[in-house]
Amino acid sequence: MKQPISTDRREFLKSTGVLTGVLAAGSPWALLAPSRAWAVDLAALTSAEGATLMAVAKTIAPHDKLEDAAYAVVIKSVDTAAGKDPALHKQLKDGVSGLGTGFATATEAVRVAALRKVESGDFFQTMRVQTLQTLYATPQAYKLFGYEGEAFSKGGYLVRGFNDLRWLPEVPLADSGPFPGAS
Amino acid sequence: MARIEHTDDGAVVIIGSGAGGGTLAHELTRSGIKVVLLEAGKRLSMQTFSQDPNEAFAEITWLDPRTQSGTWGTKKDFPTLPVWIAKMVGGTTVHWTGATPRIRPWEVATRSTYGDVPGTSMVDWPIQYDELLKYIEQAEKRMFVTRRNGNPGLPASNNFKVMYAAAKKVGYKQVHTNHMAINTRAQDDRGLCIQQGFCAQGCKTGAKWSTLYTEIPRAEVTGNLDLRSECQATHIEHGADGKVTGVVYRDSEGKEQRQKARIVCVAGNSIETPRLLLLSDTAKFPHGLANSNGQVGRNYCHHISGFVWGIFDKPVHMYRGTTLAGIVEDETINDPKRGFFGGYHMELIALDLPSLPLAGLSYGWGRDFASIIDNYQNMAGMFICGEDLAQADNRITLDPKVKDKYGVPVAHVHVDEHANDKAMKLHAQQQMTKMWEAVGAKRVVRSGSPPATHNMATCRMSANPRDGVCNAHGQSHDIANLFISDGSQFSSPGSANPTLTIVALALRQGEFIRQQMAARSI
Repeated sequence: MKQPISTDRREFLKSTGVLTGVLAAGSPWALLAPSRAWAVDLAALTSAEGATLMAVAKTIAPHDKLEDAAYAVVIKSVDTAAGKDPALHKQLKDGVSGLGTGFATATEAVRVAALRKVESGDFFQTMRVQTLQTLYATPQAYKLFGYEGEAFSKGGYLVRGFNDLRWLPEVPLADSGPFPGAS
Repeated sequence: MARIEHTDDGAVVIIGSGAGGGTLAHELTRSGIKVVLLEAGKRLSMQTFSQDPNEAFAEITWLDPRTQSGTWGTKKDFPTLPVWIAKMVGGTTVHWTGATPRIRPWEVATRSTYGDVPGTSMVDWPIQYDELLKYIEQAEKRMFVTRRNGNPGLPASNNFKVMYAAAKKVGYKQVHTNHMAINTRAQDDRGLCIQQGFCAQGCKTGAKWSTLYTEIPRAEVTGNLDLRSECQATHIEHGADGKVTGVVYRDSEGKEQRQKARIVCVAGNSIETPRLLLLSDTAKFPHGLANSNGQVGRNYCHHISGFVWGIFDKPVHMYRGTTLAGIVEDETINDPKRGFFGGYHMELIALDLPSLPLAGLSYGWGRDFASIIDNYQNMAGMFICGEDLAQADNRITLDPKVKDKYGVPVAHVHVDEHANDKAMKLHAQQQMTKMWEAVGAKRVVRSGSPPATHNMATCRMSANPRDGVCNAHGQSHDIANLFISDGSQFSSPGSANPTLTIVALALRQGEFIRQQMAARSI
């Protein structure tokens, strides 16, 4: 998977907007990033639009254990799609302006109330799908939510804990089957 | 591999290379019959299957547009994806999870067993159960199904341990790691299951049976198969005598091609099969082929489905292990005292993290929704697979407005839920909730209906030509050299995952076509 978080300052100059932040020490993001300061450059959206959309994503899928950088990955993906699709770009711009300038800094309760009002519209539905599709698909999210991803390259879960649950009784052989090679 | 001339009118043309088309192609070619196998998707391989869930979804899934209407849940949660089936060589046998429980005796005689249920359009199968069972047994041998013919069962995963304990707590007796067309030892030139959990993304060891690496390459070895991937059929042609004469398709470069045929077998899954017949309308057949009675596309069945997740205090790691290796069969009965006709299976299920929020949960967002995902590693999963009842107006039609990239109308899927469907689903959800709670679930989450992976009965077999599209051999009532060769031919869906029955019918149909060709009856 490509690392969408850039720490290359020259990239900023080409973009119209940027999202920035600092990673918490010891977070999965910090372990993988070259520096704790992060920046995501935006090609289609402005910084203010990016900040509002990031607040939308955080309201749709709020997780205390996720850092802003996780949501910035969602906005990067939305920004890339908007760069290729003028209709989507307009939908996002209109959606952001509909939410108003205070949205990004409002409390969660206020943001939820604002989104409920636009929930039936295309803008919200686009953001919901984009957020849910992208947010959990990064190596950092895998780590935080306890998903280990593919195991084929490591010999499968057969030797990596597929049956290591011990808080319930074992299943009798007649209703399951032998460990491969054991019979 | 054979190269068959476009003008060769002696070949059988099969459209679709999944469980039905791929198996039939092998059955015919191994008897010396020339087959052109048209497949809309690409040819991928075990080596190239992606292990990134989002990427695999994009690579395998039929994503050409389809539209939908009706009261069934998928319209709200999945507006652009009413069904989840594959588009590639091997078809949905690349994406399927390998579960092969048997269809039950009363399920091939639903009209006689359940009676005249208001709002339904059921018919009995024109095949006796014992006759069908002979071919199901052949299919089980061919696919090396576990817990049959001396093949051991799969070992119990963490997810199944939770399901097993839960089922036993509420008194269920028939609980095991399911009948699976998944190798527990290396055999059939395929690897064994290493419990990767990526069954639906394409099995990278080939432990899971798929026509992609069994029937199709074996058919190629005969020298009688001409497989054409990325070739999408758009029209079946017929002659003045009403017999079909060939298939028009778009090749991998989008160019229109024409393949002559002695026989055409349609196996595009229950959405694309009726679509193609409806697209093939002419002055002689103004409602499409094999559709003089208006039955093509009707009686669409999709199984009662839905996830029920249990969230526990302790880790489960449901994603580790074979996705569907677990089943409870105690509710697979017809007991109208429960408040509905027909039965259902409870099957084990896991989803990877990226797929869970959109594919595995009902529409939602915000704190409560997100808190489910926070518990991902402590979740165990079950899935309902139940029999839905045929309704004439649950049907596939051509969308009047939306067209695919070739300008051809796409399929429109209309499904209204029957009261029987709702009652069965509720019963299953209540039982599963009881099960999870019996082993200490702190929360149980029920999903809506996910996109249908089991699609059936849209060109059904019927004893009386008035009631369906084809006879007991899948041969269309109207046109002797036009066959339905996939799950579309089911007279009713049963409650079993359909692939085993599709393969059984392909074996039976292959035998029939061989005999008919030898006798020069077709």
